[in-house]
Amino acid sequence: MTTLTGVAGAGSVAPETPVRRGRRRAGAWRFVILVVLGLYFLIPIGASVVFTVRDRGRGGVTLEHYAAIPGAEGFADAFTRSLLLAGLTVVLALALMVPTVLLVELRLRRLRTAVELLTLMPLVLPPIALVVGVRSVLAWAPDYFLNTPLAEAFFALQEPALPWILVFVYVILALPFVYRALDAGVRGADLSTLTEAARNLGASWPRVLFSVVLPVLRTSVLNASFITIALVLGEFTVAAILGFETFPTWIVRISGSLPQLSVAVSVLSLLVTWMLLLLISALDRRRGTKESS
Amino acid sequence: MLAVEAFRATDPATFEETWSTDSIVAITGGAYRRAYLGSLQLSVITAVIGGVLGLALAIAILQTRRNLLLRRLVLTASGVLANFGGIPLAFAFLATIGTQGVVTVLLQDTLGLGLGEFRLASMTGLALVYLYFLIPLMVLTITPALEALRPQWREAADNLGASGWQYWRYVGGPVLAPPVIGATMLLFASAFAAYATARALVGSSVPLVTLQIANALSSNVVVGSENLGKALALGMVALIGLVMAFYAWVQRRTQRWLQ
Repeated sequence: MTTLTGVAGAGSVAPETPVRRGRRRAGAWRFVILVVLGLYFLIPIGASVVFTVRDRGRGGVTLEHYAAIPGAEGFADAFTRSLLLAGLTVVLALALMVPTVLLVELRLRRLRTAVELLTLMPLVLPPIALVVGVRSVLAWAPDYFLNTPLAEAFFALQEPALPWILVFVYVILALPFVYRALDAGVRGADLSTLTEAARNLGASWPRVLFSVVLPVLRTSVLNASFITIALVLGEFTVAAILGFETFPTWIVRISGSLPQLSVAVSVLSLLVTWMLLLLISALDRRRGTKESS
Repeated sequence: MLAVEAFRATDPATFEETWSTDSIVAITGGAYRRAYLGSLQLSVITAVIGGVLGLALAIAILQTRRNLLLRRLVLTASGVLANFGGIPLAFAFLATIGTQGVVTVLLQDTLGLGLGEFRLASMTGLALVYLYFLIPLMVLTITPALEALRPQWREAADNLGASGWQYWRYVGGPVLAPPVIGATMLLFASAFAAYATARALVGSSVPLVTLQIANALSSNVVVGSENLGKALALGMVALIGLVMAFYAWVQRRTQRWLQ
């Protein structure tokens, strides 16, 4: 209580809440909103859990659908592929955005708005439109560049076992989130002073990057990574249209024959995603309290 | 950064091939026209409902001064749920109110009437599912703006004898209008672009642009359907561009008023 209202009420003496007749009724209105929306958000989750654990034959509770997941046909392949894609996307996105954010912050401040707008583009551009563009570019290989090294490179990108093309598309999709997470970290820290100090003390740029900048941005980098992983593990549109089997497309494929298993996997993947995102908010809170104290 | 730019710049170039063909004409009529209208209808309705409910929820949790735990809980949950689009969401709803869903069966067993005419694979069903990630998105995007609304303004208005309505009409409303409109636009774009949820829920029984694009791309039967898909995608981008331009215009106007 004190931490949050502390700033706003610092100057005032916080009198008894002014008594207005309308306020009482507003309380009831608030209560209704919270209860109705609370039910709306909780029921589907609860129902999915019930759906997966109830035993149709005998009644009662069973965990067989969860136990069947690891052995399910295609699961191991699809899931490891998705994890691999997530890891590669994180590495590439960070390798791209950390230097960009730094450059913008330290050297090219006037480009900030432009970069911000550019990174917001994927947020409003429908992924399905993006993937249509990607598909037509990929179609150039057989159409125009057949028997050239470029075509070979294009085909290599589409290797079904590890489709690199997905990594590139996912980097684009993750840009807004990665940029925002990193930008928040950069704004919170006085990077120009820190880097100047390091440079004056004779550190090389790589040294500055790895021993000064990255430790300062640690939380932001973690944030960015978690969001990216969550995004890649749940992404369906691009993978489905380009015809690769990843974790989400696998769920859809089996849903016809094994409905309960598919819901069980959905519940599990939800839990994993939530863990990641809750971890982020926990990290955020820790950083917040550290800075305010 | 350069790699990304080069990658993205290729998109319009590839669309360009289809400019001169009949595809552009083809997508303005028949099933495709219906798909655009269906997508627009669904996105506008869900964006407005999601915007209103999300705003109400955000106001509700920000005004609860006593209950900080609730507030933190709702905000964290919003962060989680806003990212909960796509396949898992669709299956969660199928398990709840699909034909074999837990709630459906429960209603049938206890009341004997099920969900009546309601079908998950319909516009209403889709809207219900979309709201599940749109409302939290609204809460997330609008909360910072609401927090910027100083309590002192409300107190000043109260002291000057303004009624609650007058406060919202002359103080809160104008200040909040640009962020609220912006957030609603974001919801619109998000609902408009959604594909995974719709694909898993309805197959292709509801006319939606994203579903039509996927159909056009995957069909090997119709000659030139690939170009149709491109034209449809271009149409989507153009629509989103229009919405963004409108948003920028509104933003400029409201800023002028505020000065």
